[in-house]
Amino acid sequence: MPATSWPPPFRQYELDDAYDEMFAPDQDVRSHYGTLHQRLLDTPVEEMRRRKQAADLAFLHQGITFTVYGRDEGIEKIFPNDLLPRIITQGEWTKIERGLAQRIVALNLFLKDIYHEGKILNDGIVPREMIYSCKHYRRQMKGLDVPRDVYITVVGTDLIRHPDGRYLVLEDNLRVPSGVSYMLTGRQVMKRVFPELFQACRVKPIEEYPQALLQTLRNLAPHGRMDPTIVLLTPGVFNSAYFEHTYLARQMGIELVEGRDLVVNDNVLYMRTTAGLRRVDVIYRRIDDDFIDPLAFRPDSILGVPGLFNVYRAGNITLCNALGNGIADDKAVYAYVPAIIKYYLNEDPILDNVETFLCSNPAQMDYVLQNLDKLVVKAVGESGGYGMLIGPHSTKEQQEEFRRKIIDDPRNYIAQPTLMLSRAPCYIDGQVEARHIDLRPYILYDGKKVTTVPGGLTRVALRKGSLVVNSSQGGGSKDTWVLHDKE
Amino acid sequence: MLSRVADGLYWMARYLERAEHTARLIEVQLNLMLDQSAYSADERWRRILASLGDPKLNTESRDAQSLTYSLIFDRSCRSSIVAAIVGARENSRQVRQQISSEMWEQLNRLFHQVRRADLEEGWDPQPHDFLLQVHEGCHLFQGITDGTMSHNEGWQFIQIGRHIERVMATSKLLDTHYREFGDDEQAHLEWIGLLRSCTAFEAYCKYYTADVRPDRVAEFLLLNDEFPHTIRFAADHLEAALKALPDGDGRCARVRLLAGRLKASLSFAQADEIMAQGFNSYLHSIQTQCGQIDDALRQAYIDYPVESALTA
Repeated sequence: MPATSWPPPFRQYELDDAYDEMFAPDQDVRSHYGTLHQRLLDTPVEEMRRRKQAADLAFLHQGITFTVYGRDEGIEKIFPNDLLPRIITQGEWTKIERGLAQRIVALNLFLKDIYHEGKILNDGIVPREMIYSCKHYRRQMKGLDVPRDVYITVVGTDLIRHPDGRYLVLEDNLRVPSGVSYMLTGRQVMKRVFPELFQACRVKPIEEYPQALLQTLRNLAPHGRMDPTIVLLTPGVFNSAYFEHTYLARQMGIELVEGRDLVVNDNVLYMRTTAGLRRVDVIYRRIDDDFIDPLAFRPDSILGVPGLFNVYRAGNITLCNALGNGIADDKAVYAYVPAIIKYYLNEDPILDNVETFLCSNPAQMDYVLQNLDKLVVKAVGESGGYGMLIGPHSTKEQQEEFRRKIIDDPRNYIAQPTLMLSRAPCYIDGQVEARHIDLRPYILYDGKKVTTVPGGLTRVALRKGSLVVNSSQGGGSKDTWVLHDKE
Repeated sequence: MLSRVADGLYWMARYLERAEHTARLIEVQLNLMLDQSAYSADERWRRILASLGDPKLNTESRDAQSLTYSLIFDRSCRSSIVAAIVGARENSRQVRQQISSEMWEQLNRLFHQVRRADLEEGWDPQPHDFLLQVHEGCHLFQGITDGTMSHNEGWQFIQIGRHIERVMATSKLLDTHYREFGDDEQAHLEWIGLLRSCTAFEAYCKYYTADVRPDRVAEFLLLNDEFPHTIRFAADHLEAALKALPDGDGRCARVRLLAGRLKASLSFAQADEIMAQGFNSYLHSIQTQCGQIDDALRQAYIDYPVESALTA
């Protein structure tokens, strides 16, 4: 289909093999995008430009920033936001929600099992060496009972969309997932910039997230602490997500603390306030396992609290998320999640995995080495788009480098087919163009109930043709609208 | 309120007060240099540095231009304007969620203004406009603070920081001045300079007329209870802010006692008695007391021993 057949502002729009969120392959507009599509055709160029400016300004003034590492001081950047919403139907959402809940409950049972009897290992479902060779396995957690047996409280799962339209799980983030503040602030801005469109589309609200998070944390307080004191533990102003930490603490009305604000006395944790020491019951920690207690983990950490782990072991504090969760979102263990769901819940997974080759398996490693130019290779413990080889976009040298790395340390690598992320309309320089996107819904779990706010953070690769959606590498975000069913 | 946060607010206020003070000293000095007088510019610079506690400077030269530049831009000098504003901003970043967005934006604006001036080529050796900007920026921040932040515990820590810094800076300035000139009425310009350094010239004139006499200047800057830049006024407000803080299980008894004693001593003091007993030693004692108050403040609210606070 020649590009000229598209009306403005869609002149630059292209369809390819990827699933397009707005258009069916025959260029028909998918019905849930109808209102937005019509609006884009009707709105004059100048009007769109004005709204784009209003949105950018709102982000700037609210100081919605993240920090890019790698320079001396760390540079604060405005989080790039695309003007057009990503829209999901009620039907699609219901399936996502059920699938995520199933996955979280199963992974939580898996973590409890791994750090207690290890039945799944004894039964040979997951290979034992896969667990003990994982760099996120924490032997200190072995035999430790966490409140309500909840390891996973806050999750941000990355979903992508297959060319056939199925949502697939790309990654479970079970340690310290971030980005939820961009979801919340992005929504505020969109409501201000497109009030009529927002209303016409009947979008489900997400504003209850901070309250739901607070309630979840409260429900997980150690036994007998009726009116628990909850704090958010941040590594400090130099952390890339510091904006989010301050934002969430403010929205929940809890203290934002650093390690140096906390003291341990007689296996009880306190924070230092001007009115004296105040006992702390629940920590929503935004600091990695390794740094949380220099006595139990990395001794060179100055971010954590000496003795905190003993308080945890004594059952006097709840850490959300629990320590040692990294084994369940390890990229190699990921390949076993369908089996894990089957093992604990006796159910088939509602959301499928992306096909994954484990380099620790000799046959699969051979396949990977022969197809380096076609696959995406990932180091299992890395996140944020670091430590990756994207086969089709790589040079021969890069492929050779990864070949050596894989042969040296097969356990550390997995490979997946080059992903076809779905594409959605984005507002780029006055035109609407298609860009690749993923979806990160945020899920809360308190042992009884799984709460997922409708939507999540849609991350978008703003560079044309790019598949990397990480904000550190040229990605941005989109507001995500889950629609009410039509009455 | 978290102790670290209280500490951050306290230092944010102290640093800003310091920036404003240094800006005023430089401005007055540059102005005095235009007039011919018996006292050379070199001696005045020496006095200014002494009143700032002889800070370490990056430059060896002692000419007006390099000293002005150092006192404005030298980050290693703890009294320089840029160092103070950077210090204030760093502290406010730590307590970002406790101050209003308007405060944060204003402090940021001020920070970018001084940084931009540092980067500009062809530095103007008569930087009146720049100093005025710093001045106004600090005043604006104070106004925004009072108008947009809850007058809660955190605000009281800001008051404490501002006023303790003011008592210390003003007493040091008075100290160096009187050590140099005693009651030399001939040094007319210098006394006016001193008043101007405390933005007190107009207020003084309203009180005593333009008849500028050393003993009256001393009395005014030390004991006047109505003008915001006098030692007594600042000490009164310091005490009031401390009194407004929560009790802290009795840990704060000492700091309240010290601040109350300072306030009382200034309230009931007679200028002639102070002069007779030695003005400089009186000023020294004020500085010592400020040091004790700062110390007791940390003991009460910030660095208290864990054992003393376990019942909370």
